[in-house]
Order: sequence, then C-alpha cells, then structure tokens
Amino acid sequence: MKHKTFFWFIFPTFLAMFFFITLPIISVSLQSLHTPHENLLITVENCDPFGCKKATTIDHDATKKLKENNPLGQYVGLDIYFDRGHLAIQQVKNLWSKTNNIFEFLKLTADLPFYKALFFTLTFTFTVTPIMLVFGLLIALGVNSFNQKLKGLIIFFSLLPMIVTPLIGSIILFWMIDSRGIVGNFLQILFEDPNLSLKASTFLTWIMLIVYGVWHAIPFSFIVFYAGLQTLPKDQIESAKIDGANSFQQTIHIIIPHIMPLITFVTLMQLMDNFRVFEPIVGFNAEAHATSLSWIIFNDLGGETRQLSAAATSSILTILGIIILLLPVLIKTWKEFEFKK
Amino acid sequence: MKLLLIKIFSTIVFLTSSSAFACSIAARVSIVGNEFPAIQTVGSGAKECKGAKVSANLTADHQKINVAGMSSEPAEYTSAIVANTSIVALLNDDLIRPLDSLVKKHGKGLKKNQLITIDGKIMAVAFMANAQHLVYRKDILKKLNIDVPKTYEEMLAAAKKIRDSGLVKNPVGGAYKAGWNLAQEFNNMFIGYGGSHFKGNTAEPNVNSESGVKALNMMKALSGYMNPDFLTHDSNATNAEFRAGNVAIMNMWGSRAATLVDADGVSDEVKNGMDIAGPMTVGGGKTPASTLFWDGWTVAKKISDKEAEATFIAMTNAIRPSIMDNNDIRKQAVWLIDGYKPTEAARGVFAAAKMNTTPYPMLPYAGLMHSAIGKEISDFMQGKETAKKTLSDIEDAYKASAKEKGFL
Repeated sequence: MKHKTFFWFIFPTFLAMFFFITLPIISVSLQSLHTPHENLLITVENCDPFGCKKATTIDHDATKKLKENNPLGQYVGLDIYFDRGHLAIQQVKNLWSKTNNIFEFLKLTADLPFYKALFFTLTFTFTVTPIMLVFGLLIALGVNSFNQKLKGLIIFFSLLPMIVTPLIGSIILFWMIDSRGIVGNFLQILFEDPNLSLKASTFLTWIMLIVYGVWHAIPFSFIVFYAGLQTLPKDQIESAKIDGANSFQQTIHIIIPHIMPLITFVTLMQLMDNFRVFEPIVGFNAEAHATSLSWIIFNDLGGETRQLSAAATSSILTILGIIILLLPVLIKTWKEFEFKK
Repeated sequence: MKLLLIKIFSTIVFLTSSSAFACSIAARVSIVGNEFPAIQTVGSGAKECKGAKVSANLTADHQKINVAGMSSEPAEYTSAIVANTSIVALLNDDLIRPLDSLVKKHGKGLKKNQLITIDGKIMAVAFMANAQHLVYRKDILKKLNIDVPKTYEEMLAAAKKIRDSGLVKNPVGGAYKAGWNLAQEFNNMFIGYGGSHFKGNTAEPNVNSESGVKALNMMKALSGYMNPDFLTHDSNATNAEFRAGNVAIMNMWGSRAATLVDADGVSDEVKNGMDIAGPMTVGGGKTPASTLFWDGWTVAKKISDKEAEATFIAMTNAIRPSIMDNNDIRKQAVWLIDGYKPTEAARGVFAAAKMNTTPYPMLPYAGLMHSAIGKEISDFMQGKETAKKTLSDIEDAYKASAKEKGFL
C-alpha cells in the first residue's frame, strides 16, 4: 500500500484513538499529580432535630479563592503514588527493616491495600489465563470431531457463559453457592460438613472467583480456536496419519503449531481482560476476601468520599501493570515480524 | 335529599383533592434520593404539584450521582434527599443553598426542629428520624425464658441459650457486609464504649484506643453466633434471614422494621413473633451503641431562584402535616412532621432518641473515616489480624485519604 493511501486509510482510527484514548489518559495522569486544595476549616454551631452542637465545617469563602486561583488543585508530584493507598514506599521500607525473614515481610506487605489487590489480580490472571487456554482448546477439538448436525447446537450452548453479562452471571452463581443454595448445599452433603461455606473463607472465595473467571472466559478461546481448526492443512494431517502418528502426536506437532498465532492472540486478550477483573468481586460480594485494582478505582470513585486523585493514580498504575504484563508477548510478536521481513 | 347528597359528595371530593390544587409551581423540579417507602411517599407528594414538570430519580445509588448531578451549571437535580451522612458531600462542595428566606415565605407548616442549620443558616429540611435498634422474636425468647436484652452482653448470653436449645442455629443477625454496613456497626459499638472518632475539633483520627479494641472484640463475639457468610450480608439479606426464621435477635434500622414482615411468604410464626425494642448499650455505658439519623431534603445552589422556589414549594407540599392522616404513610417512618402520632413500629427509634443516642456526626471528613473503617475491618473479623493492628491500619488509611482531600 502506498504511504499516502495508508495514511488516509488509518487517519479516522488515529483521530478516534487520539480523542478517546490519548486525551483521557493525559487528563487522568494530570489528575494523579494533583490533589484538591487544603480545606480551611472553621468551627460553627449546627442544629438538627436532636439538638445543637459545635462542629467543624469547610470555610467556603476562603477555600473558593484558592480554587479560583488554581483550578487544577495543588501540584503534589508523585506523593499520591507513594502514599499508603498505593505504592506505600514508606510503609514497605519500615516493614523491610522491622521484619526478620522474607515471608513475614511479604505477608505484611500483602496487607497494604494496593499490594493486596495486586496479589489477587495477578493470581487471578495467571491461573485463569492458562486454564482457559487449555480447556478452550480441548473443547474446540471435541466439538470439531462432532457430527456436523449436532455442531451448531453444541456451539450455541458453549457460548452461553460469554453471553451472560458478567455482573448478572456472578450474582446468579452467588446465590447458587450460598449455603442454602443448590451448589452450596450439594457441597455440604458431598463433604459431609454442614458448616462448609464458600463465602466465609478467603481461600474458597478465591477458588470460586477463579472458577467463575474460567467459566466466563472459555467460550472466547473456544470459538477462536474452533475457527482456527477449520483451516487445518488436510494433507499434512493425512501424511501424518500415514506415517502412523496418533491423534495426540497430531495435536502436538501439527495442530498447535498451526494455530500458534491464535494462541498468542487469545493470551494477549485474556491477560488484559483478567488483569482488570472487577464484576465477579462485586457480584459475589467478595470485597472482604479479594480486591482487585479495578475494584479499588471503583471504590474510590463511589460513595460519599469521591477520591478522584487516588482513583486516577490507581488507573495509571493499572495501565503500567498491563504494559509490563504484555511486554513479553509484544516483544515476541515484534521479533517474529522482524524475522519475517 | 338528592341535592343534599350531591352537595356532601362534592364537598368530600373537594376536601380530599384540595391539597393537590393548593400546590402550584412555576418552574421545573427534579429530585434525587434514596429509595425506601418513606422517601417514595415524599417523591410522589412532590409530583402532586401542577404547573411545571416534577421528576424524581429515587435509587439506592443516589450518593454516586447526587454530587455530579448538582455540580453542573445549571444543576440537573434541583433537590437532593439526604441524611446527616450524605449531606456532608453536598456541603463540602458547596452545592446546596441556604433556605432562610424561602422558609419565611413558604414554610409555615414546618416545625423548628425540622430545620437543619449549619452556622445559623438553614441548609436542609428534615422529615424523618432513623436509628438502629433491637428487633427480636418474642415467641422464641419467651419459650426459653429469656428477658429482652438491654445490653450487648445480654444479647450474647441470649444467643448462646438459643443456639444451645437447638431452636435456631445462628440466632444473631446483623448488617455486617464488608464496607459501609460493617463500618456503621463498628461506629455504633465504638460510640457505645464511649469512643470518639476524632481528637477534639480536629480531623486527627482517634479510633486506635481502648474503646476501639473492645468494640472490635464484641463484634467478633457476636459474629460467632451469625450465619458464617455474615461478611456478605447487608440489611436486605439480614432481613431476608429474619423473615425466613433463621434469625432470632438483631440490630436493625427503624425505617425497615415497620415493613419487615409485610413481605409475601413470611410464616405466621415469624409474623406474630416479631417485636421491637430500643437500642442496646454495651460495656456498662449509658449511651446506646447506636447512632441517630435524620432524612431531609435540600435545594441546589446552581439553579435559578425561580426553580429554587418551585422546588421548595413542591417539597414542602410533599411533607405537609395533612399526610399524617393516612395510616399507611404514618407507619412508614418516625416522621418529624407536625401532627405525627407514633405508631407501634416507631417505638425503637423513639426509645433511641429518649436514651440520648449520639447523632451521626455531620463532619466534612466523617465519610473518609467511615470508608477507611469499612475497608480495613474485615481482616480482623476473619481472624487474620489483631485488633490493635486493624485499628492502626484504619488510622493510616484514613490519614492517607484525608491528606489527599486536604483535611490534614
């Protein structure tokens, strides 16, 4: 393609990306470097149906001038990045000098809100992604060998978990795994433990969230792999059969290398998707046991407190996290591209 | 005779509909607020006004949208229905206007104690009071010869007796869902033990104290008698447990107690067995381990004076004294409206007020403290941390967010 043609072809996309991706990210990073102005407090008398008493309130007239002079707020540099709600540099330093062994240090560090969320987010990402890849491929291979007439129906049902909105899917499962729900009750009978509760233990909650994540994500990898299987080189498989390769050997030596680009693609998409895990935590009411980076952003933005700068900082850290996570895959793709050239 | 009947009939029609005719407004009214029966009554009361459009957006997510919806110029919402917790966010951003002149002009039916004043200026008009108090099954308590608990210590003893009797496996209920609900239960217990959240009139935290440790230990002891999933139960889920007969004693909101057993499918045993009493004290203290709330409405600052006047007229119409003639409405809440005669369901909140329960503090930084407590406390409830560690975590988390918001 000529450079000029290419430019006009890609121009609308660039424009949209600039307005909807670049500009918001610039705005969010600016916000993360600023905090609201110091509030000038005064003591006044407040009265309500229960009586009058002295209380503190914000002196709006005085604060207003500060705001007008500097509408962005105070510039604080990386202060919010380093505070206890985020990277907690000071706290981690203290823990490092106070603790005697690495396990104690890690355990106490994982109690800080950001690292706690990061720990769950990474565990979720690195368990759900591989399990989902393997199961997606197995289901695709299974469905591919089905009778042509049954295929349509099976594909439809296999796609259902993806069609259900994540929040609704997790709320439905939340009630099913309740100790009085069908799954929860069945597990109690199965393990002969009437006090077994999936929602009361952190370990079981994590397992539940991971199982849900796999259940929800499998259809995506399945359908991509299934599409890939339709393009298999028939003559190669034929000759492998003649050479006496069994179906396992065929899968390892022909099918997987053939759909490798698809596996890279699905891995890339799912790493991003799982790293921003959010809906299951809300749907399962799991915030006591598991929080994720996206959940922290949601929590800071909602409610009475509205910590916009904290949410902006968490957003930037999440973006950095995704870049680090995808770097190996991106480097690999780039090298292959260079090699082909 | 026939003529007389028609006369009487038309007088009755005129009388019952006169209130609707009485309210006429000249500009749009748009309300945002929480969603429970009493607030729905207020919303539909405002809609009776004629002359301009009245719309109401009543949702449990009201706190997520009211600040944004009143910050624009002109504001989308002309009135926000708030409580002493949620008014703070509107005050902090200077989004609501003083109502003194409007009260003088249109507020004849309002009582003095309905007017919420900040620094001498009327900023909100309250219409109901609320508090958490004891809700229990009198049939179960009677069967086991247990007196109605007046303290949390008695509640624990009662819980043990009920569990040992085998009548109810997890007899204690509570809105202990991690986050806002759990933090509110801590606030109750902490105040009950004589704690105060801040040092004097400053924004410095003060929860890492003897009272804090005692409050946490009492909550942990209570949770031992709760459904093991308690960290996922908000007040809706707790009420469902009570309706199903799985809970025998709980601390519950007055605004929900009145209609608690009215739902479909509640057994007669639970319906007839349910009773309410005042809030409990704890640790030998005199102040109940509960907090008093009021719900009221405000008028936005960033709207025209004409819209503000229309909003004031419509909202005052919604809480006019004559609505107290309706029995169903009367039962919905502990109204602060003139002419309100308490119903049976109001006993708990009335007892709370009489026992000098502490009102929830209207401080600019109270919400930050509440959210810090909600975030950090679940580790202790699961037995992962000591009480001291959790309390110092709460203070650290609060300090980080208060610094960011410019309070420290």
